Amino acid sequence: MLKTFRIGGVHPKENKMSASAPIEVMEHPKRAVVPVSQHLGVPATALVKKGDFVKTGQMIAKGEAFISANVHSPFTGKVFRVEETLDSTGFRRMAIIIDVEPDNWMEGIDLSSDLKREIDLSPEEIVKKIHESGIVGMGGATFPTHVKYMVPEGKKVEYLIINGVECEPYLTSDHRLMLEKGEEMMIGIAILMKGLKVNKCIIGVENNKPDAIAHLKDIASKYQGISVEALKVQYPQGGEKQLIDAVLRRQVPAGKLPLDVGCVVNNVGTCFAVYEAVQKNKPLIERIVTVTGKPVKKPSNFMVRIGTPVDMLLAKAEADVEASGKIINGGPMMGKALVTTDVPVTKGTSGILLMAKAESNRNEEQNCIRCSKCTTVCPQGLEPHLLKILGKRMDAEACEVERIMDCIECGSCVYTCPAQIPLLDYIRIGKAKTGAMIRNRSRK
Amino acid sequence: MSLLVVSGSPHVHGDLSTKKIMWGVVYAMIPALLVSFYFFGMGAVKVVLVSVVASLFFEWVITKYLLKQKPQISDGSALITGILLAFNVPSNLPVWIIIMGALVAIGIGKMSFGGLGKNPFNPALVGRVFLLISFPVQMTSWPTPIPMFKAPMLDAITGPTPLGVVKEGLRNGESMETVMSQVPDYVNLLLGNNAGSLGEVSALALLLGGLYMLFRKIITWHIPFSYLATVLIFSGILWLVDPNAYVNPLFHLVTGGMMLGIFFMATDMVTSPMTPVGQIIFGVGVGLLTIIIRVWAAYPEGVSFAILIMNAAVPLLNKIKPKRFGEIVKA
Amino acid sequence: MDSGIITALITLSAIGAVAAVVLYFIAQKFKVIEDPRIDDVTDALPGANCGGCGYAGCRAFAEAMVKEGTMEGFFCPVGGNDLMKSLSPLLGVEAVEKKPQIAVLRCNGSVKNSPAKYSYDGPNNCTFTHTLSSGEGGCMYGCLGGGECVDACDFDAMYMDPETGLPVVKDNCVACNACVLACPRDLLELRNRGPKDKRIFVACMNQEKGGPAKKNCSVACIGCAACFKVCPHDAITMNNNLAYIDYEKCTLCRKCVEVCPTDAIHEINFKPRPPKAEVPKKEPVKKAVVVEEGAAPAPKPAKAPRTESVEVAVEKPKAASEASDKKEENSSENQNNNQ
Repeated sequence: MLKTFRIGGVHPKENKMSASAPIEVMEHPKRAVVPVSQHLGVPATALVKKGDFVKTGQMIAKGEAFISANVHSPFTGKVFRVEETLDSTGFRRMAIIIDVEPDNWMEGIDLSSDLKREIDLSPEEIVKKIHESGIVGMGGATFPTHVKYMVPEGKKVEYLIINGVECEPYLTSDHRLMLEKGEEMMIGIAILMKGLKVNKCIIGVENNKPDAIAHLKDIASKYQGISVEALKVQYPQGGEKQLIDAVLRRQVPAGKLPLDVGCVVNNVGTCFAVYEAVQKNKPLIERIVTVTGKPVKKPSNFMVRIGTPVDMLLAKAEADVEASGKIINGGPMMGKALVTTDVPVTKGTSGILLMAKAESNRNEEQNCIRCSKCTTVCPQGLEPHLLKILGKRMDAEACEVERIMDCIECGSCVYTCPAQIPLLDYIRIGKAKTGAMIRNRSRK
Repeated sequence: MSLLVVSGSPHVHGDLSTKKIMWGVVYAMIPALLVSFYFFGMGAVKVVLVSVVASLFFEWVITKYLLKQKPQISDGSALITGILLAFNVPSNLPVWIIIMGALVAIGIGKMSFGGLGKNPFNPALVGRVFLLISFPVQMTSWPTPIPMFKAPMLDAITGPTPLGVVKEGLRNGESMETVMSQVPDYVNLLLGNNAGSLGEVSALALLLGGLYMLFRKIITWHIPFSYLATVLIFSGILWLVDPNAYVNPLFHLVTGGMMLGIFFMATDMVTSPMTPVGQIIFGVGVGLLTIIIRVWAAYPEGVSFAILIMNAAVPLLNKIKPKRFGEIVKA
Repeated sequence: MDSGIITALITLSAIGAVAAVVLYFIAQKFKVIEDPRIDDVTDALPGANCGGCGYAGCRAFAEAMVKEGTMEGFFCPVGGNDLMKSLSPLLGVEAVEKKPQIAVLRCNGSVKNSPAKYSYDGPNNCTFTHTLSSGEGGCMYGCLGGGECVDACDFDAMYMDPETGLPVVKDNCVACNACVLACPRDLLELRNRGPKDKRIFVACMNQEKGGPAKKNCSVACIGCAACFKVCPHDAITMNNNLAYIDYEKCTLCRKCVEVCPTDAIHEINFKPRPPKAEVPKKEPVKKAVVVEEGAAPAPKPAKAPRTESVEVAVEKPKAASEASDKKEENSSENQNNNQ
């Protein structure tokens, strides 16, 4: 029996069309839009202004708050403007717009493709380097990575858990990364282990990627303390808490962090970024993006510089935008529908998914038949049908009692609901109201 | 370019739909339906047809003209109510009584609460109990089965159900042996060759349907299993205490509406609890009540009453919360 | 007479007497001394329990007011100045007068002025669409058209205009503040009703620069500050590319309305201007006819439904109690659904 998490879960059709497409390097755009807020937390403060000349790899925005991340210029060129621009969130937010010129790298960045295995830095230096390089969680949540490595006094970390699950259907960027950059990634893991001062690491990979599992196991045999765990295919296994439950049989209590059960979880993409930052001195300025979906002729995986417009990716993958009714930033389960394709790739863009017109609209909402399938599949053990009613009623107190804030918005309930009710939309209303209530309370 | 669609995640949906679930239940009822045609002939066909057509008609009329909504009869829920109602009545029931039953089942049992998903009681059982109380004579004169589709439509010979025979016999002070010699043997009880409401006679056909639903994951094991186990254990204890006063548990299981209740009526999604623990308590409750009614109450059969009573307890059982993530202590 | 009846009479009377004595002593012991004025004030209040005063309900308001012994800082927007004056003898303190107010929507991003940039599919709820993206019109400050303010209104003083997709505040608004709190984008504001219900306000909350603002919405405030420069009374302030008119300072001279290049400043209940661009000097309005703003030059089709209707609330308390009844019904209905 393969391991998986113990409560709920669904198994959507995998549709990993781009799994066999090797990573291609994307061309540079003419003009790049680099938002200063590509991470969870406080937006970074822009360090450059209109007319400034920036080099590739130069820090252009500084994350000053505790939960924030630096932003580096992915291109060389002149800053065209620093203004509010529509990004993938659907909101206009501050961004640095650069007129791209041929690359002129910052000094000290190692551009060779040689593997560098020796880790010279001390744990403190490693965390500092991660902080400086603006590395965030590459799985999509974009939580600043260095914050996870600032372990508070009294907390003991036993395990580093690496998330190679990629439980979202369609997406293959992590899969390709594990296959093609496995060695670099593994060094990244070793760096993170040193930074965290742990000697045990588990890489969780879902069993629908046997080639990646075999490849990683092969590499991991050369390292001490790193093991690869094949997991049963189950969504949302990539959720931090679910992954810990799956590999370690430990459940993070509500409102607590993985640190409380002695774990730190990182995505495989983050490990690669850490390798680049620590060993090659290269900040986070590019990532792998999957472009896939039925209207895409050539489902592909691209190595893309941050700030490249999504339009360019779609053109290169020969996507038929006319035939698609919905374009999603991320996977189909938790991704966000884009308002327009004229938005830049950011640190959290793991994929661009195009949905054909026929599958774009929601089905008609029917009466709840109280089948309780939503309760069965909820990985957090909540009752979505109840939360939906309370959320629709905006009854924040009752929502809090039913632990609405535990919801991880994985969408399993909506995926399963036979009555096609958009449960999660209503739950989000309840979460917004409950969150506001809790914030007000703590302010008093 | 036409406008892009924007909505909250998730953007994909599973194959499951209300329609699929409902039709799954209908498919599961086919074996029992065929058995009823086999033993009760055209009478059964007539009852089923009338009941189904009347249920669909009332559902359509009420949604369209009273609730002023778009009728959704194709979702199959009214079809299920119609077939279940037919399953719960004798095959020689006059047409007008069936139509009244359908009206009560759909109109009072379901639509008065707001339609699909909002009724606290199983509509088919509401209809059945209404008929049982209003027309006790017609509802308790069961035609004896004649195999091979040869049963006549009218003037069938009627007789009591095995459960009725036992109850009456024991009440008159006959010994268990004499009573049991008057009822069909287990093979006939399993296959359906005994008097009774048209859908409940064949335990085997119903079991087949139930297993199909379990296989298709339309129902979960919680209610059928806990119901079945409770019936077996409770009646088994009684039987062990005094085999001469109480019937053996297997007999309880294969007679009357037990199998129909276990797989088709207690498991009705709308009227059963929503958490596994609640479902198990529900099943245990129905099981206990069924045997209590069968053994000590005035009626020989207690499945419908037991389920209706436990239906009323469902809102309470829904207060039981599922196990939340993080509540399990690390293993 | 039957002795049984007599026995019964005697026993029951005895029990009654004992119970009465016990109850009397208990009542004495646990007596709560309460200021009788609280009840008096509560009775005088409208009883809508709308929360517009900032307290949980009418009784809580009365308790607080009696406890403080002053009427300063206390105001029932539903009853208005008349009610507060009538309360002043009850409390023996002077009532503080307040100008009557009304809620206004500071957005004119109707379907026509701000056409949809994408098609939204999901529940029509402001709180949710606000978190999802900037809204169909593309303006991240504008009205989302989910009608949460209308739902929050206990006085039937708002409705959604299906043509514009925007809420409309009717004249029977009591300024209870419920809609202001309900709007996730803070688009509603309580403003003084002004003399003869005339008022001027900036119907936009967009803080973006002119270009992007105008791109999404043809009637957005582009932050040009023309009104700021023209205002003779310093009533207009500019903040984050957005003009704001202070209703206490505004004298309703309408100069700002003329200079606004995008018609973002609305004037309500003014007499239509003569076609020539002359500023009429404080002309007395003949009749309280509801009048369209900025009528003659450049008529904006979508502005028509923005007219505020003349439904003057005569029976405010009645409407209020009806509304609260309705709310109760709804909540009990919801409870049923919950089962």
